[in-house]
Amino acid sequence: MGLIWEGIKEALRLLFTLDPEVLKITLLSLKVSVLATLVSLFLGIGAGLLIALNRFPGKHLIISLVNTGMGLPPVVVGLFVTIMLWRNGPLGFFEILYTPTAIVIAQAIIATPIIAGISVAALQQLPPNLRLQILSLGATRRQLVWLLVQEARLPLLAAVMAGFGGVISEVGASIMVGGNIKGYSRVLTTATVMETSKGNFDVAIALSLILLLLAFSVNAVLTYLQQRKRPR
Amino acid sequence: MQRNLCRSIALTAMATLGSVLSAQAQKNLILATTTSTQDTGLLDVLIPLFEQQTGYFVKTIAVGSGQAMAMGQKGEADVLLVHSPDAEKQFMIDGFGTTRLLVMHNDFVVVGPPADPAGIKTLKSTSAAFQKIAASGSLFMSRGDNSGTHAKEKTLWKLAAIAQDGQAWYQQTGLGMGQTLNIAAEKKAYTLADRGTYLAMKKTLGMAILNEGDRSLQNVYHVIEVNAAKFPKVNAEGAKAFAAFILAKETQESIGKFGIEKFGAPLFFPDAGKPE
Repeated sequence: MGLIWEGIKEALRLLFTLDPEVLKITLLSLKVSVLATLVSLFLGIGAGLLIALNRFPGKHLIISLVNTGMGLPPVVVGLFVTIMLWRNGPLGFFEILYTPTAIVIAQAIIATPIIAGISVAALQQLPPNLRLQILSLGATRRQLVWLLVQEARLPLLAAVMAGFGGVISEVGASIMVGGNIKGYSRVLTTATVMETSKGNFDVAIALSLILLLLAFSVNAVLTYLQQRKRPR
Repeated sequence: MQRNLCRSIALTAMATLGSVLSAQAQKNLILATTTSTQDTGLLDVLIPLFEQQTGYFVKTIAVGSGQAMAMGQKGEADVLLVHSPDAEKQFMIDGFGTTRLLVMHNDFVVVGPPADPAGIKTLKSTSAAFQKIAASGSLFMSRGDNSGTHAKEKTLWKLAAIAQDGQAWYQQTGLGMGQTLNIAAEKKAYTLADRGTYLAMKKTLGMAILNEGDRSLQNVYHVIEVNAAKFPKVNAEGAKAFAAFILAKETQESIGKFGIEKFGAPLFFPDAGKPE
């Protein structure tokens, strides 16, 4: 228990003294995970719309695959992205292994199925007649999609939160493709692993608390967007 | 309002992506090394000096010596700083490295619970200590990760003529030195550690050194330049610069001084230019 108290004190000290290294790590975590979530947002909701609004053979299979992807283990993603990005690997010419960009890519792969899966469910759950109604009022396809997205806004924002929660907290892929390089690709989760292995438990607890605080702040903003009154 | 928000989010996203991408334009050097050089904090001192002097940007990947050499064998690292001599010699014979030079040494220590249930404290020979751990069936935590320390530990079991694999008292963590020490401390087990990592973590562990000083416990670190003739993408120039840096007189002095202030004793002893 004493250790946790020490950790809390250390977290407050690091936060209030604006420790430059911790600040850098925190900002990078935020930057990487927000970017990854934004990428997955477009890909995930796009895929969700395609799947939910179209009828095609094998649709159930595709949905099962997406739903399985929601539980994609980060280390598996990390391993495959590493092998692809090795400089002698198939995508080696990009030279982005052990960079924050590589972390964004791995995290986007982790978050996209999460957002797509929840989007499919959210869109399928809309009343089927709503589509016909919108179309009969003369909406273009684009307007239809926009209106449906607005209608499913609550669960779609939940999808974004789930995606963000999945990537800000993952460590397996970040450490493999980012390399935990000091001042460059070290994020809160990988720094926590490292400090734990060094036996600096107070710093590790402090970093964990900062991570929780960060996740809470982002989710608070998203929840505000989700819960505020809809303009009529 | 909402549209403006969307647009500003998109713009910030693009700007950050741009800044993330541009950061890689520097001259990169991938250093694959053992966990002990990172967990002790030695690299935090040396790498910034090297970057300042040469303008390279070092990507330090701290894994076990085994994995570091595997990266070298795939041409995925430019320079290695490792401590697994037998595997290193094989690495050189197979032509994956161009030069291999002695950098520094310290030693391994056998650590365990201060109560010493196996009663090895009074023994001089490490072989005898290992035999006693086995005979008493006291829990021993192995790295089990092909690291330099793991390789050394396997050699020590062989010297003691003990078949440790599969024994109930012999467990493998598959983790780095720091984490393995944490686990051994928690389970009141014995383990083999490099002195540097042990000293750096001593205060949180509550373990004791129970066997040390035996000649078989020597721990030497070499720097290896990966063979660019085999892998054209290897940064041979950077690797050469790093090897020259780590063997330079001033760097060797900082290695020798590292840890004295914080731990009361040096963690590594510089060896550049000495015979093997």
